[in-house]
Amino acid sequence: MNAPAQPIHFHRPVTELVKDDQVHTSLYNDAAIFDDEMEKIFRNTWVWVAHVSEVPDVGSYKTHWVGKEPVIVVRDRKKQVRVLLNRCRHRAATVCEHKKGKANTFVCPYHGWSYALDGSLRGVPHPESYGDILDKAELPLVNLRVEEYAGMVFATFKDDIEPLADYLGPAKKWMDLFMKQGGGFPIKVGGEHRFRFPGNWKIQLENTTDAYHFPLVHRSFLHSVDKQTEEMLDFVTGKGFVEDLGNGHSVMVMIPELIDLEADLDKPIPTNSEELAQQLRDEGHEEAQVRKIVRAVGGSGFNLNIFPNIACSMAFFRVLQPVSVDETEIHHSVILMDGGPAEGNRARLRMHEHFQGPMGFGTPDDSEAWERVQAGARAGRDLWVLLNRGLPLEKKTEDGVAGDVSAETGMRAAYRQWKKMMTA
Amino acid sequence: MNIELLNKAAAFIWAESDMLDHTEYDDWLNLWAPDGVYVIPIDPKETDFENTLNYAYDDRHMREKRVARLVGGEAISSAPVARTVRSVSRMRLLADDGDRVTVRCAQDLREFRKDRFRQHTSDVTYELLREGDSFRIQRKIVQLINSTDTLTAVGYIL
Repeated sequence: MNAPAQPIHFHRPVTELVKDDQVHTSLYNDAAIFDDEMEKIFRNTWVWVAHVSEVPDVGSYKTHWVGKEPVIVVRDRKKQVRVLLNRCRHRAATVCEHKKGKANTFVCPYHGWSYALDGSLRGVPHPESYGDILDKAELPLVNLRVEEYAGMVFATFKDDIEPLADYLGPAKKWMDLFMKQGGGFPIKVGGEHRFRFPGNWKIQLENTTDAYHFPLVHRSFLHSVDKQTEEMLDFVTGKGFVEDLGNGHSVMVMIPELIDLEADLDKPIPTNSEELAQQLRDEGHEEAQVRKIVRAVGGSGFNLNIFPNIACSMAFFRVLQPVSVDETEIHHSVILMDGGPAEGNRARLRMHEHFQGPMGFGTPDDSEAWERVQAGARAGRDLWVLLNRGLPLEKKTEDGVAGDVSAETGMRAAYRQWKKMMTA
Repeated sequence: MNIELLNKAAAFIWAESDMLDHTEYDDWLNLWAPDGVYVIPIDPKETDFENTLNYAYDDRHMREKRVARLVGGEAISSAPVARTVRSVSRMRLLADDGDRVTVRCAQDLREFRKDRFRQHTSDVTYELLREGDSFRIQRKIVQLINSTDTLTAVGYIL
């Protein structure tokens, strides 16, 4: 067995732990900082909880977390999406234990208190003993503030922070672009791979905006795809870029030709997509639709990293779930065309299985690298993690600053927001 | 109960298990029918694996690629490779239509890699095509009992 991790804590003010081009190692392994993050970041900003397709009907729900607090995301009778703390107001038991499903009410298993889909307390068994001291109107499941953009549902504990749209800012246009991968159909989450690694959540947050690791860590994956795909994914020396979008958000464009999936539909269909195109034609789809679907099926050419816990990443959603200072859960949700042709959706499913999840050809290698970061971060008494790649080439843009595709611009953006929130 | 058939199927399945534990992947690839599918589902109730998300849904090409990845030395999650020992038992013949025999069994797999010892317990269903005195695998469905939980990397073939 390895020796237990010793937290490195110099009791410096947090503001001294993040510089413009490096962060202190204690951000990965100081449990006190982690507890602070749950309070100052996850309880203080917009946190992603669902895509609308996960709660399509009245009563559809999923359970999730905001920070480490369990919540239920549910569509109520008025078709409004609610985010409710998963905690009975009587003696605190969770009222829902399933990952997803459909319900008319949430009933606490302990004493039978029951709640409507909007969280209001409906039934209290044997109320006589309370006399007139129990006012049901005062004891709903706690509702969080909820707002949506582009089908993405976010919740927050704070009533006084800016509206979601303002928080997202320039990230919004990238979300709109990302959703075009429905190929003319609404997009739908078709399940997810849930994956855990022994490392801090920010290691994964960084990775979504790290093109530098791709050719090395994913060499085995790259050798398992066709030549055309391999060349497309050879982007580290290409014309892509990373742009800081403010508020901790960033976009890493790896394949500039695939920014807008509804553009260039008259270009020749790549040979590796010709089989799918023919299947769709054989099924009677119009040529225009075939081209739209085929171009969209591999996903967008960029990763949009939205601080703190969600990314729109090529062809999937990456959900970050911090567990403890050195344990993180990741969900990779597959995106399907809702009502789209089965061949196209099968192609998306197989592509997701190929890279993602515990048996994918990509995620396990990422996970190994992240685990090694957490292990190596135990070494040294006062060392820093470098984030200065791409700084000399950074240029100002309309929305912020941008560096080359393998610049650490997106990480710098995230840590600037981290510092702002942790020192507020 | 057809004890002779059960014994034959058991001998085949044990040989397959032994090949995987001892990384004899070329022999393992040859056990398959050309259009055979290796599936690790997520949802225990799912039956339409082709149109839903799995951990693995490998046709012949993907099986070959998976083997190449395990032996290629390029994948940091498989270098070093995990050592595995799997016990396969509780075999039951579910169906036999003459051409195809369906067997369900319990698989208890222990894994050791670097400094970690792990366990994966599954229900495994084999659909075996009769071929001469032996079989070819038409489908192998590995249903991890914790498939709906959050998993960690599985750097070998279940």
